[in-house]
Amino acid sequence: MPVDSFKYLPRLIAMFYQTTTREPELPIPWTPLPRPVDECTFGLVTSGGLYHRGSEPAFDIERERKEPTWGDPTFRTIPTNVDLHEIHISHLHINQAMVLEDINVLLPLDRMRELMAAEEIGGVAEYAYSFMGFQGYPPDASAWRETYGPQVAERFLSEGVHCVLLTPA
Amino acid sequence: MMPFWAQKVGVPRTLAVEFPFGQTLGRAHDAAQQMRVLRQSLNVLAKVNTPGEIVHSDETWPQPLEEAQKIWQPSEPSPIIAELAPRIREILRERRRGKAE
Repeated sequence: MPVDSFKYLPRLIAMFYQTTTREPELPIPWTPLPRPVDECTFGLVTSGGLYHRGSEPAFDIERERKEPTWGDPTFRTIPTNVDLHEIHISHLHINQAMVLEDINVLLPLDRMRELMAAEEIGGVAEYAYSFMGFQGYPPDASAWRETYGPQVAERFLSEGVHCVLLTPA
Repeated sequence: MMPFWAQKVGVPRTLAVEFPFGQTLGRAHDAAQQMRVLRQSLNVLAKVNTPGEIVHSDETWPQPLEEAQKIWQPSEPSPIIAELAPRIREILRERRRGKAE
C-alpha cells in the first residue's frame, strides 16, 4: 500500500501543506553508491530541531514565536558518541515530549551503533547535524542552500562520509 | 518521510513511512521497529538506481488512528498555523460553498 502523506494531519494543516506550489528542480541530484553499504561511513542529519544541551544553544524559537513567518536556518552539531540524555529539542511544530522519550525515533544513534557492531555498515561520522525543518512561510531554503548546507557537506567530506541518512521530523 | 514532500523537493532516494510526525524511525523504545526501518533505508540505498525514486515502507503504526493523530501534535498550534488558520479556514469554507453550488 502506498504511504498516505496526510493520514495523521488535521485537515487545516493538510490544506496548509497543499498550498505549496513547489516542483523539484531538475535534474534531481544523484551520487551513485561508491561502495557496498557495509563498507560505507554514514553521516546523520535530522531536521527535527535537536541540539546538544550545554554545548550549543537551542534553535531560536523565541524569534519564531515573534515572527511566525521566519524559521531558524542555522544548524547544530551533535557528537554521535553522546549520552542521549544530553540531547534536547526546540521545535514548535511537533510534540517534543514524544521525541525526548527516545531520541532514536529521530536521530538513530543507538541503532546505528548496533548496525556498526553487526558490521552491516562501515561506520558513523563523529558528528551528526541538526536543522530546524520549518524554514518560514513561504518556505525559504536559500540560507540552507547557500551557506549552511555546504558547510555541513564540507564537514562530512572532511570526515570521510560516503552516505548521509536524513531523518526529517 | 512524507512522500508528498520528497516528491516536491526532489529527494534522490526516499523510504516513505506512514508514521506520526516526529516519530520518523518508529515508536519510542521499539528498537525492533526502528531497526527494521533503518534496514529498509539501507536497502533503498543499495538497490535504488533512479533519482527521485520513493520506496513505500510496509511498516504500520500500532495505535488507533485518532490517538496517533493527536500524539504528535504540540500542545498549542505552531505560530505559523495560528497565524494562518483564519485564512485557511476561509479557503475551506469557500471550497465547501463552491461544491454545494
